[in-house]
Amino acid sequence: MSDRAAGTKPETEDVESFRRRARAWIRANLDPAPQGEAGLGRTRSDEQELAQVARAREIQRALFDAGLAGICFPVEYGGQGLSLEHLGAFNQEVAGFDCAADLQIPTFTPCAAVILEFGTEEQKRSHLPAILRGEEMWMQFLSEPSGGSDVAGALTTAVRNGDEWVMNGSKIWTTGAWWADWGLCLARTNWDVSKHRGLTVFMLRIHQPGVEIHRIEMLNGNREFCQEFITDVRIQDSDRVGDVDEGWTVGIRWMFHERTAMGGGSPYVVRPAGSGSGGLVGSGDSLWPLLVAGGRSQDPTALDLVGEAHTLALVGTALTPRIGASMRSGALNDQAAAIARLYSGTRSVRYSTIAYELAGPAGLAWDPDDGDPGPGVGYLMRQAACIGGGTTEMARNVISERVLGMPRETSHDRDTPFRDVPRGPAAG
Amino acid sequence: MHIGLTPDQEFFQETTRKFLDAQCTPAELRSLAADPAGYRPQWWHQGAELGWTTPLVPEARGGGSISGAGLADLSLAALEIGRHAAPGPFIPTNVTAFSLGHSPAGAMAGAWLDRLLSGAATAAWLRADPPGMDLGGAALTARTAPGGGLVLDGRAPVAEGAADADVLLVTARTEDGLVQAVIDAGAAGIRRRRLDGVDLTRRWAAVELEGVEVGADGVLDPGLAEGQLCISLCLQQAEAVGAMQAAFDMTLAWTANRYSFGRPLSSYQEIKHRMADMRMWLEASYAITVSAIDAFDAGRPDASELASAAKAYVGHFGPELVQDCVQIHGGIGVTFDHDLHLFLRRVTAGVPAYGSPAQHRRRLAGMVAQRVAS
Repeated sequence: MSDRAAGTKPETEDVESFRRRARAWIRANLDPAPQGEAGLGRTRSDEQELAQVARAREIQRALFDAGLAGICFPVEYGGQGLSLEHLGAFNQEVAGFDCAADLQIPTFTPCAAVILEFGTEEQKRSHLPAILRGEEMWMQFLSEPSGGSDVAGALTTAVRNGDEWVMNGSKIWTTGAWWADWGLCLARTNWDVSKHRGLTVFMLRIHQPGVEIHRIEMLNGNREFCQEFITDVRIQDSDRVGDVDEGWTVGIRWMFHERTAMGGGSPYVVRPAGSGSGGLVGSGDSLWPLLVAGGRSQDPTALDLVGEAHTLALVGTALTPRIGASMRSGALNDQAAAIARLYSGTRSVRYSTIAYELAGPAGLAWDPDDGDPGPGVGYLMRQAACIGGGTTEMARNVISERVLGMPRETSHDRDTPFRDVPRGPAAG
Repeated sequence: MHIGLTPDQEFFQETTRKFLDAQCTPAELRSLAADPAGYRPQWWHQGAELGWTTPLVPEARGGGSISGAGLADLSLAALEIGRHAAPGPFIPTNVTAFSLGHSPAGAMAGAWLDRLLSGAATAAWLRADPPGMDLGGAALTARTAPGGGLVLDGRAPVAEGAADADVLLVTARTEDGLVQAVIDAGAAGIRRRRLDGVDLTRRWAAVELEGVEVGADGVLDPGLAEGQLCISLCLQQAEAVGAMQAAFDMTLAWTANRYSFGRPLSSYQEIKHRMADMRMWLEASYAITVSAIDAFDAGRPDASELASAAKAYVGHFGPELVQDCVQIHGGIGVTFDHDLHLFLRRVTAGVPAYGSPAQHRRRLAGMVAQRVAS
């Protein structure tokens, strides 16, 4: 992302007047941010979930009408065509308010970012303004049951039939597919070439005959993740993103946008200051109530852990913008987003451990009338931070190979037609 | 250090790097290991000419920075000094110059400041912690003397550069809080003893003060002490980052050139993933250090918090990184002939200096408690 998105308004609003405008509107129109766990830590009823989604759509529509949606998206697709500095100002002003920020991923990035980068003019005009108005919620149809990190090994297949494609297969780990509208879907379109050369990206309407959605229950009761079974689904060729069999070119950027979002440095999403993995969630301040509740506010061991968590939060806040600036200046290539992703994952793991330690016995058992379960359940879900959005192992591969230039891992699928690549132990 | 240096800053860093490339070779460092001071006075003089002593001192007092952000400028020299494991009383001299430069231009302060800026003199800082704080400070006390002066007593068991310093900056406790003074290192009542230490060329001394009298013109504002600590922490972390970078670069090259079982070390995923972790620690160390430096240069109230976080992070992950570099080198990594230990020594020496990582974590928890309570 350059300092300014393509398609700037004729007279660009300066950052400070934009900030004043945003502040006035936010204070007059948005509610205080809801408390409690976000994302995977959340366990709420379907009714609550749907109400939240409806509310997110309303908020997004209101932002759009106020000229505050898609701050770094180009004007011709409904965005504001403003700079990262404007987005930064908005993030500061919206801190503490409910701007439906946790629903911006994956709709705004990586999905909208990929459409912006690879979509046809018609696709961009048809989908990006609708996304920015809150009318289209998008999900990633990327992972498959057959392989987590090996996304290029997709088995879901689309076969061309005139101006249409017919798709069959299964996708997994799509959050919120049961209420979302569209999926960005990576599918195999050629089994006779090597793995990376036979993929194509499609836009898939989720709620249609042939798409069966199964919801996955996580160990904490969260049921946002879904698996989809796709059977003879017809897709117009005009819903293809990028060239036929060039899906990996799209996929590389797709995952880059995902990593950037996980690391907290994306220009395409609103992230209220002090929130998210790149922000001060998990600061010492947020742990202090646990310390007080456990009667350990004078305990040197507990204080040391608070200091450690606080250090890691402050470092995360410093690291994300530095990596963003390094990538923009060319000091680091854009694969360096993996450094922020690795940091946010490992930091989150450490935070979960510290929070559970500080919670003491109240972390393992609690009165159901007191509301949300404590850090014990968060601890059970601890590794999710190092798995979702690309595992930290993959991030380490990217850093070592793409940032440090160390040798690539040996693979047995690079020069073999995909249909001949082993997909399990040899029979017998 | 920073992303997006100005051309003048780049030039400053480049001249410092070239100077150290020529003057501070590993062979030179090894030969200085036996030198009592650990550095050559002529060499320090040249460093001062390059601009290593002026950035924290206002122009009106003979100092001046390149960009207007003095600590950011100075951190470039610190980074290069760390990257070369270079000797010299860089931190205490700059801290003292900062405080003299921000004190009224009395006879005492003025005379010492000029000599510090030119490289003709060096300084050491004997530091007591403010009441209620434990950052490993020395037990130094002061009482007021007639005429507005002070009498200093106590012991600083490990003070950087103190044996060869010409002037001492002393931060001591009274019943009412901290006081500060600048004294001639040869004044009556001062005893200094050289110590052996973990760094090959950086030197520490034990200093005892017994009834050391300071005139009114040697008394400085104790309000400067927090800034001194912040500067020390930032410069010390910038040095550590430089040393980490050197060890990391050396190790990355080693993994490509060293073959085991017919393949380079760099082809093993175990090694790749450890290098990736180290690269993350390194970038994170740059980030938090720069963040603290910017807060200090901007006069922001969170400078102390960020400086403590920088120490808590870099003080822990700096040595972890270099020790892992040693591990990846194998046996050769713990030999005297290999250069890796020059950088291991530098980050190791940094751990307890100006408060250990654990002490800074505790300090951060105190800041959190205060904020949540208010």
